[in-house]
Amino acid sequence: MSDFFSHLVARYNYWIYITLMMIGLYAMIAKNNLVKKIIGMNIFQTAIILFYISIGAKKGATIPIISHGSGHEAHVVKAADYINPLPHVLMLTAIVVAVATLGVALALAVQVYRQYKTLEEDEILQKIRES
Amino acid sequence: MKTIALIIVIITGSFLLYATVDFPSWGDPQSPASTHVSPRYIERTLEETSVPNVVTAVLADYRGFDTLFETTVIFAAGVACFFLLRAFGKERPATGLYRHLLTGVTVRIKGSAGLPDDMEEFERIDTLWTPYDPIVKVMCQRLIPFIQLFALYVIAHGHHSPGGGFQGGVILGASLILLSISHNFRIALRRMGERLDALLCALGVAIYAGTGALCLLLGANFLDYSALAGILHVDPVTARSHGILIVEIGVGIAVMATMVLIYNNLASAGKFDEGL
Amino acid sequence: MNAQMPVLIVVVPLLSAFAIAAAGWFNRRLCMPTAAAALGVATLCTLGLLLRVIQDGEVVYRLGGWAAPWGIVYRVDFLNAPVLVLVAAIALVNLVATSRIVVEEFPGKEGAFYALYVLFVTGLLGMVVTGDAFNLYVLLEIASITGYALIAMGRGRAVLASLNYVFMGTIGACFYLLGIGYLYIMTGSLNMTDIASFLPPLYSSKAVITAFIIIMVGVWLKMALFPLHGWLPNAYTYAPSSVSSLVAPLMTKVMVYVMIRIILTVFTPAFTFRALGLNQAVVWLAVAAIFMGSLMALAQRNLKRMLTYILIAEVGYMVGGAWLGNRAGLTGAVLHILNDGLMTFCLFLAAGNILYRVRGLNMEDLRGLFRKMPFTMGGFVIGALSIIGVPPTCGFFSKWYLILGGIQAGHYGFVVALLFSSLVNLILFFRIIEVGYFEPHSEHRHEGQDHAPSMEEAPVGMVVSLLIVASGLILAGLYAGDIVQRVVNLAIPESIV
Repeated sequence: MSDFFSHLVARYNYWIYITLMMIGLYAMIAKNNLVKKIIGMNIFQTAIILFYISIGAKKGATIPIISHGSGHEAHVVKAADYINPLPHVLMLTAIVVAVATLGVALALAVQVYRQYKTLEEDEILQKIRES
Repeated sequence: MKTIALIIVIITGSFLLYATVDFPSWGDPQSPASTHVSPRYIERTLEETSVPNVVTAVLADYRGFDTLFETTVIFAAGVACFFLLRAFGKERPATGLYRHLLTGVTVRIKGSAGLPDDMEEFERIDTLWTPYDPIVKVMCQRLIPFIQLFALYVIAHGHHSPGGGFQGGVILGASLILLSISHNFRIALRRMGERLDALLCALGVAIYAGTGALCLLLGANFLDYSALAGILHVDPVTARSHGILIVEIGVGIAVMATMVLIYNNLASAGKFDEGL
Repeated sequence: MNAQMPVLIVVVPLLSAFAIAAAGWFNRRLCMPTAAAALGVATLCTLGLLLRVIQDGEVVYRLGGWAAPWGIVYRVDFLNAPVLVLVAAIALVNLVATSRIVVEEFPGKEGAFYALYVLFVTGLLGMVVTGDAFNLYVLLEIASITGYALIAMGRGRAVLASLNYVFMGTIGACFYLLGIGYLYIMTGSLNMTDIASFLPPLYSSKAVITAFIIIMVGVWLKMALFPLHGWLPNAYTYAPSSVSSLVAPLMTKVMVYVMIRIILTVFTPAFTFRALGLNQAVVWLAVAAIFMGSLMALAQRNLKRMLTYILIAEVGYMVGGAWLGNRAGLTGAVLHILNDGLMTFCLFLAAGNILYRVRGLNMEDLRGLFRKMPFTMGGFVIGALSIIGVPPTCGFFSKWYLILGGIQAGHYGFVVALLFSSLVNLILFFRIIEVGYFEPHSEHRHEGQDHAPSMEEAPVGMVVSLLIVASGLILAGLYAGDIVQRVVNLAIPESIV
């Protein structure tokens, strides 16, 4: 049992991201309102961003901006002093993608509302069946 | 549906949790992610690109090609929103609301004709948004220039501190959206017309891709900024730094314009007449 | 310029997209020619690249001049060179073929339409050419986002179908991204070959196995493998015809390519086919996809909807063939990517032509079509024969390899499924041909007359493009032996027998 807890404590970041991601996934599948689904989608994407960012963490390191005052030319940069910059770069991309998807999804939701006058999925399906 | 969703979620979640057993602990400096590719970025960025902010250097140089497409994603989303929502044709809502500026009296005019837009005593207001709030208006009016100045600082200072084209572009876009929210849609549109906005959108990404293509024309590989050294009259390493700045400016323009484009299309549902 | 060809494939369409978007605000007549020119250049580059790969083998291009694990590289080999040609050529032909429809369907928005069109193609080409796992994700999203917008502009339920596609597509892409994250955390790299070099000692690691499975599920979602196919029929049926003939042939095929690339390059065949032990299960999944797709296709009364279910069955062909894990099966799968791309393109193009004249694709709308549109239906029949798998057309050869692979692997369920699906396709298409050939034209039925209705073909550009594609089907069939020997065979690693 203590083994399990030490595992949990050492890797709690993964647990958090998975919980968050599953909340998003649940909302996407179970919710009836299209905007709620879109919000679920956003939570889902954000969870992945959180996961990547947590990969980049390094104990005892600082943000990856190399401090170099003038006159410190011979300053040696050690990788252990700075956190991993790559996940941050990747997630900047993923954030942008998430925003873009959100924009398109909202535009589609506006169109759906214009067409069916509702955003509840069951009501929309009802209207389609009736027509 | 809810039970099915719950089952799917639990299965997926426990499957993902099962994998974490083999993961390195959080913040482990010896994990493969921290020892294989990334150390080189940290240790050699300064001598290879002369940019102290490693994230900026990796973003716009080492993995600059990703970032080019990241900007393209934003551009694509802007064009997509326009394509989906924009409804051409000037049909006005059935009733128009106008405020008499001197007395603050609101006039309702039925019929789509309404008053001419350029009357000096009356100001057209949105049918869904009537309260008149001088405090918000004046505050935003004072704040917006400073927000924009800060945005330009964030773009320009991306080499040395957290920031860069995306962040600055979003702040810049937000300042314009703030204008649209605090005043009204048409005033913001008069400041930045739809066509100008769409052109800036394309221009921003084209600056980025064009810089890459310029490197290509100068005989180097795509996005290899060191080829710009000859044009900029600097050494190849500084040329990389300058190249990053150029593309960050392009990104800033593209992101700002696209944010406004998406907002305009969404807020007015493509009619470009009344906002939120 | 020869050395720059790999990047020109992507950059020329990309730059043209900005020019098109800008031109849309000044002179909309410039949009289509600009797009055609850019895709023409891209097609030429892909052809040149294919020839270069055949001559000199693998081509590697460093973007930004940075070496492999640190920068992004493009890697063109025998596997992706032919797919590149397929994507660029289909996009170009479809652009020319549908230019008339676009002006009528999207008045005032041609600029946005062509910009999205070209960006979609850019995304697909980039996905195929890249050698970096994360870069693939970004381009996948470009292709997806533009695809959502293009599909949503159709009639009827198109918007709702597209929104549904957004949800499913985002889950798929996010699973892919998550899987790449798992691989990154275990290996510290994003470059495909670099990841592959770190993986062998980790083959039994739970994280790597999970990563593989998540990536596969994500890719399957995107390619609509049964039972993850729910979004596809509506999205492709209600999409505008100029879009469905672009998206339907290409998106699923490119995702199949991505799957094969991940199986062969990122994870070696040794892992996928031996260490993992999921072969049988996945092939059975493919068998289910084939049966389900074929049966659902039988139940449809609308031509385009029927084609979408055939598409789902075809995805089953390729996934099954790839997961058989032997040389014949993989050859069949790779060859089928090319053939099926052409076949479905031919059929969707024909459906677009019919829709242009008849304004409906239900069975009763198809009456007497052979007299009304003889050339279109001629092209349609060749496409149909190819889907069924009749010898001179290319569909026969890939199906031959797939069946051969099934027999060699001893997986008779897959063989039966393929034969069953061929039979169903035979019934499906002969039903349409029967309606189109023997039943009198609907407008004249009421008067009891049986005189021939006047010929009323689709515009020349559309018909000629269709006939070019149809003859391409026969040519690809006649040269199937050469394609297999000189390209496909070399794409499959020698460790697979």
